[in-house]
Amino acid sequence: MLEVQDLNVFYGGIHALKGLTIQVPQGRVVTLIGANGAGKSSTLRAIAGLIRNKKGHIRYRGSEISGLSPVDIVKSGIVMAPEGRKIFPHLSVLDNLRLGAYARKDKAGVEKDLKWVYELFPRLEDRKDQKGGTLSGGEQQMLALGRALMSAADLIMLDEPSLGLAPKLVREVFEIIATINALGKTVLLVEQNAFAALKIAHHAYVLEVGAIVLAGSGEELIADSRVRDAYLGG
Amino acid sequence: MSLAMFLQHGLNGLTLGSLYALIAIGYTMVYGILRLINFAHSEIFMLGAYFVLWGTTLFFLPWYVAMVVAVVVTAGVGILVDRVAYRPLRDAPRISALISAIGVSFFLQNLTIVAFGAIPREVYRPLWLETPMLMGEVRVLPLTIFVPTLSFLLMLGLVWVVYRTKAGLGMRAISKDIETSYIMGVSVNRIISLTFGIGSALAAASGIMWALRYPQLQPVMGSIPGFKAFIAAVFGGIGSIPGAVVGGVILGFTEIMAVAFFPDLAGYRDAFAFVLLIAILLIKPTGLMGAKLEDKV
Ligand SMILES: Nc1ncnc2c1ncn2[C@@H]1O[C@H](COP(=O)(O)OP(=O)(O)OP(=O)(O)O)[C@@H](O)[C@H]1O
Ligand SMILES: [Mg+2]
Repeated sequence: MLEVQDLNVFYGGIHALKGLTIQVPQGRVVTLIGANGAGKSSTLRAIAGLIRNKKGHIRYRGSEISGLSPVDIVKSGIVMAPEGRKIFPHLSVLDNLRLGAYARKDKAGVEKDLKWVYELFPRLEDRKDQKGGTLSGGEQQMLALGRALMSAADLIMLDEPSLGLAPKLVREVFEIIATINALGKTVLLVEQNAFAALKIAHHAYVLEVGAIVLAGSGEELIADSRVRDAYLGG
Repeated sequence: MSLAMFLQHGLNGLTLGSLYALIAIGYTMVYGILRLINFAHSEIFMLGAYFVLWGTTLFFLPWYVAMVVAVVVTAGVGILVDRVAYRPLRDAPRISALISAIGVSFFLQNLTIVAFGAIPREVYRPLWLETPMLMGEVRVLPLTIFVPTLSFLLMLGLVWVVYRTKAGLGMRAISKDIETSYIMGVSVNRIISLTFGIGSALAAASGIMWALRYPQLQPVMGSIPGFKAFIAAVFGGIGSIPGAVVGGVILGFTEIMAVAFFPDLAGYRDAFAFVLLIAILLIKPTGLMGAKLEDKV
């Protein structure tokens, strides 16, 4: 569904992505793991249209999207839940969710998805009038996921959704990702928490200083000695 | 001072305060989103008044029609200023946009001199607004009812847009985090244009009503009210719309009351704004209703 081919990203003089190529097939969970500074966020941000200084191809459902604005990319069906959640602390939970649906015109569909998101995350419904900033870290992550789902995008990109959460919540987040996938969404997942990510991923890529160094199924990479040494703590 | 006098001065203060508040809203909205002090805002205020003059003398529009047209046209000028002078500098250091704002301010002032001349011009105003009515003991100028009422209605409209519409949600979002709003699908440039449009329309309304009270139009007429409104916005807490309203009203009130109670101080009238500014910066640097705004890089 998404093909990234020979993607290069530059920050001033820094060559952050060096010819990255990945494939995200429809209906799958694909994960991208790698150390700090490897270029995982840069990859997602480039796909989302936030990085202008880039070269290469990004094709979604067969058409080139690398020149589109972030707004058009959301409209074409790709949404990103950015690193650090980035919910709007001064807006109510409901407004945060509505913002996720900002690019949509189908009012009835938005209301339907709002109900659906509340079913997935009942805690958000209980707190819908509360300011986003007053939620706990775990609840904020649920809000960030719910907000992404509100866009009705088919491809959901998640940048370190388990960051800073207690182990129990981390498990919950990964369960939710599996649920979202089971409901038909394609997921591109960036994680530091390599083991958990590889366990739920159909396909996985290992990124090192801007380039893919290993690829395979989640199971294959869990078994791979290089991955075990570098990312799974031996 | 008698109660009747006090009420009269109160209405005057409220009138002046609403005029400041309407200008201050534009400063605060633009600052809230772009962290830019739009120095050209004073000239937008002035243009509103001049466009009424144009409408009534050149196109022979009835004054109330000319007012509405002037508000719309000035909103357009505000949007254009952003397009031409600020948008190309969006990714540049903030000081560049600030310098550009100062440039636009001079440009608009001089353009007005070229288009309308530097000689003060008299603008038409309906006589009934200036004819005092006697309400019991109190002599009330209809203008001092008309201006606060209309201002209040405009502010209600603003609240509706900001808190009840989708575009308003977009505004509240981008004032906090432009990038995340962008990836949520908010057309950031369109919302910024809308913000300039609304802020300019309110400043134009203020300029027009200002001219009803002080009917001499001059190309520099925006400088002092604009500057005071900016102080009002800082006083109320820059970035906060309620803060701009409260700041504007307090400033207008203080100015009128101080002169009423201490006529000897009349000559220092323009200095009160600075006293208020210094006081608030000492006591609460973020202003009355201001939250801490993170700097945007
Ligand atoms: N805005 C920027 N300006 C300059 N350099 C940047 C910028 N953003 C990222 N970089 C650099 O690009 C490289 C890749 O960064 P990126 O954020 O994509 O890494 P990451 O894999 O997401 O890391 P982390 O796990 O810490 O989130 C790093 O060397 C980083 O310093
Ligand atoms: Mg990252």
